[in-house]
Amino acid sequence: MVQFTVPKDSQVKPGKTHAAPAGAKNTRTFKVYRYDPDEGGNPRLDSYDIDIDTCGPMVLDALLKIKDEVDQTLTLRRSCREGICGSCSMNIDGRNTLACLKPIEECKGDVKVYPLPHMPVIKDLVPDLTHVYAQYTSIEPWLKSDTPPPPNAERKQSPEERAKLDGLWECILCFCCSTSCPSYWWNGDRYLGPAILLQASRWINDSRDEATGERLDNLEDPFRLYRCHTIMNCTQTCPKGLNPAKAIADIKTKMVERQG
Amino acid sequence: MTLKRASLRSPLGQARGLGSAKEGVHHWWAQRVTAVALVPLSIWLVATLVRLSNTGYAGFVSWFSNPIHVTVMILLLGVSFHHAQLGVQVVVEDYIPGHGPRIVVNMLVNFVCYALAALSIVSILIVAFKG
Repeated sequence: MVQFTVPKDSQVKPGKTHAAPAGAKNTRTFKVYRYDPDEGGNPRLDSYDIDIDTCGPMVLDALLKIKDEVDQTLTLRRSCREGICGSCSMNIDGRNTLACLKPIEECKGDVKVYPLPHMPVIKDLVPDLTHVYAQYTSIEPWLKSDTPPPPNAERKQSPEERAKLDGLWECILCFCCSTSCPSYWWNGDRYLGPAILLQASRWINDSRDEATGERLDNLEDPFRLYRCHTIMNCTQTCPKGLNPAKAIADIKTKMVERQG
Repeated sequence: MTLKRASLRSPLGQARGLGSAKEGVHHWWAQRVTAVALVPLSIWLVATLVRLSNTGYAGFVSWFSNPIHVTVMILLLGVSFHHAQLGVQVVVEDYIPGHGPRIVVNMLVNFVCYALAALSIVSILIVAFKG
């Protein structure tokens, strides 16, 4: 639902300040969103001065340094630390990205770190992804085929057919795109959002899949698909350099193509 | 935003909701078709207004004595209001929450757009036929 102002209980208040250790010569300030449902109250923005000379180059390195050395209560998701798992997606310096791929030196001024926008927050930098995962399940992201596979052999695909999946299979489901999309903010309960539509496109364009029409049927909806207004935030923010807007345009083109 | 679990329905049940409406492509395509049609029609309108800018009311009456000019003008008005109705409907769906309010506002948008289209077309016909 459209909200032009932040609800009172979600407004971010100033938080605690953690000074750099004595002797630190090269420091950067990290302002990190903190919210703990057990404590209640409003979210706050804690400030951490970090000695950059003893810290790795990425924002994730700084967050882990904070958690290890300054404040163990800081909560965030991370796993692979190399842009493959999609766990550490968050809003850094005003843009959704992966903390593990975002160099600290690319951030201007104080490094502001927030959770993915417009999602319910479980704690600190951890958003609740239950609904978007359910939306992913709803597009049935697996190969659907009535024809049985050849005995003791794989389902074959020409190099040209395989090439159609490039730019789609690389998605790591970090949801930077969906949570940067105003349409998804306003109507995310019904609009599938760029991440899920890119995944849908991945199966629609798979030559081995036999449920293309059924998949298009399930997407043809004023809200599920047509809330996309080509705003392009998704493409601009994707940390993997993918183009969800193009994938959505491709689905819309196929919708028209099958009309006649 | 804090966690609010208003329903005990499963997440997948909530995501599937009432299912696909199985429509939307016609609306989307009509928006594109009317937008493309409006490109030459709008250029024609601007060219006409520039050409008739110093001729006064009599100049317009004389211009509309040509049936092709009347036809193009009526097409321009019809397509413009149809395009406006399609566009405003999308804005309403984007920004007005709740099925009931959305239906009511969209109905009003339809009434206003088609009433204005009829009024403007009738006005052109009056100018064309009665001067």
